[in-house]
Amino acid sequence: MKLKTCLLTVLVAAVYVLHQDFWNWKQADPLIFGFLPIGLAYQAGYSILAAAMMSVLVAAAWPKHLENVEPEVKDPEDDRS
Amino acid sequence: MIPVVVVSIYLVIIGVIGTLAFRKSKANTEDFFLANRAVGSMVFFLSIFATNMTAFAILGSSGQAYRQGIGIYGLMASSSGFVIPLTIFFIGTRLWAIGKRFGHQTQVAFFRDRWECSGIGTVIFALSVVMLVPYMIISIMGGGRVLTDISGGRVIYPLGCAVVALVVTANVFFGGMRGTVWVNIFQTVLFLLFGAVAVAIISHSLPGSFGDYIQKIATNPKTRYLVTRERMPERYFWSYTLIPLSSIMFPHMAIMCFAARQVTAFKRTVVLYPLAILAIWLPCVFLGVLGSQLEPGLKNPDGILLHLLTDHAPVWLAGILGAGIISAVMGSDTHQVLAVSTMFTKDVFAHYGGKTKYGERGSVHFARGFIVVVTLIAYVIALITPASIFELAVRFAFSGFAAMAPVMIAALFWKRSTKYGALASTLWVAGWLALTWYLQTISDGTAPGPGKPPLLIFPALGHLFERTIVNVTVFGFLPVMPMVLGSAVCMVVVSLLTAPPSRETIAKYFPQQRSETLGQGAKAEPAIQQYASRGR
Repeated sequence: MKLKTCLLTVLVAAVYVLHQDFWNWKQADPLIFGFLPIGLAYQAGYSILAAAMMSVLVAAAWPKHLENVEPEVKDPEDDRS
Repeated sequence: MIPVVVVSIYLVIIGVIGTLAFRKSKANTEDFFLANRAVGSMVFFLSIFATNMTAFAILGSSGQAYRQGIGIYGLMASSSGFVIPLTIFFIGTRLWAIGKRFGHQTQVAFFRDRWECSGIGTVIFALSVVMLVPYMIISIMGGGRVLTDISGGRVIYPLGCAVVALVVTANVFFGGMRGTVWVNIFQTVLFLLFGAVAVAIISHSLPGSFGDYIQKIATNPKTRYLVTRERMPERYFWSYTLIPLSSIMFPHMAIMCFAARQVTAFKRTVVLYPLAILAIWLPCVFLGVLGSQLEPGLKNPDGILLHLLTDHAPVWLAGILGAGIISAVMGSDTHQVLAVSTMFTKDVFAHYGGKTKYGERGSVHFARGFIVVVTLIAYVIALITPASIFELAVRFAFSGFAAMAPVMIAALFWKRSTKYGALASTLWVAGWLALTWYLQTISDGTAPGPGKPPLLIFPALGHLFERTIVNVTVFGFLPVMPMVLGSAVCMVVVSLLTAPPSRETIAKYFPQQRSETLGQGAKAEPAIQQYASRGR
């Protein structure tokens, strides 16, 4: 496996693990911005992290070969008949 | 009455957009079902997001937060924000390419061609329809309920359901996929703004600050669980992360992937998707928790946002926000109706000779007729059947579609996968759905109350099957876990034991694997030669 693939796999796995924030399980404090319980603020931040991860995947692992796909069969039912 | 007028204006706009789309339509199925595979980048994002967001994203999320607290965001929203873009990135882009190359318009059409099967495709079709139709029915029910609630009971429930069913039918009947995606632009913008506007208005009208209310909840031992996850089992939380795998397997989501003009449309979608989920879910979950303090003791907590808006927003704004909620209901419902029609037309009518006999124009007529019939049946069922049956069916459908993900992954990425592997996985999923339905039904009378530990369904089997307040669990995990893992095992084991498709078919679907690995400039090894050299 290439180094880039390894690093991206580690990135996705790490982001997945970060979703399981057991350390916030019974915590309400501190209130982020004065009103968001820490568990909710953490998971909201996690959504931003997920968007950042997808940006990295788009930049580094985009399936560029699919951009040149051309139609070979208009309708498979026609092809079969 | 003002909210009803605002929502009525909104519904008329939806109808007009459908009519405009009808004027641009052509009499062939690719145009009707997929908008001629020409949906642009931003519209694609707005539309695929609307496809996946139901009334649950606004009403259900706040209702669940009212009952269970902030944990619901991590459980459902942020896990979806991680898993769904990944599945769109890895599966959606490949589905798009295969649809573009070979003209497939449904998942089943792809499976049939990929594994050279007809009957097994029909089995997968049947399971998909059984899991999708309850979702469609419950959308009509949800729309009817919202119209009744925001009108303060002036619009009776059967009339509310009828209005939603009629507008959805008209939009899909006339506009097909084009009408649906045009409407989605309007709908998604409306419900993306919903949360932020609702938070701002409610914050402005409250005597205290948000922080004061949250502190009160946190310092009261009886309500503290609402701002932590102390009542949410960790196994339950972990296994729920498998549920969003269902998204790409829902036929309306997969069909939407076929409709993009270019694969680059997926780039923006996968990055913006988690942020759009954040924009809707965070305000709704927060307001749900806050609502437990402001409006305690609601019998139906799913109505908490409507209560808060009625009490804290000007009536005209409550109408616009009500339209935002209706948008979420109808955005997904139109896609579901279109998907069911696409599947019946392509996977049954065309596949079993209808298209040869009646042609493309006849297929579009069949699709339109089917849309009217299926919505009418769904409307009647919505009126005569309790919502709880369909709510349960939809919960099971999410697990069922998630457990079908290994079938799609194998079809796209594993040359050696076979139709019998797909059949084994499908039967495994169907068997588990029947089992969990049975376990749920027999344990309904003994379900523990809020905050109480789960009960053993069969004490002799220990913790194998337990019943929580809402769900059946398997060793504390949601049934989706054994369903997904078992489906993957069935696919692998049975595929290895049975003969793969012909070399020609494998070459058709895996033509350039080597060039993909080595990069664009590398010379592709002929697929048949490549396959032969590796052996079966």
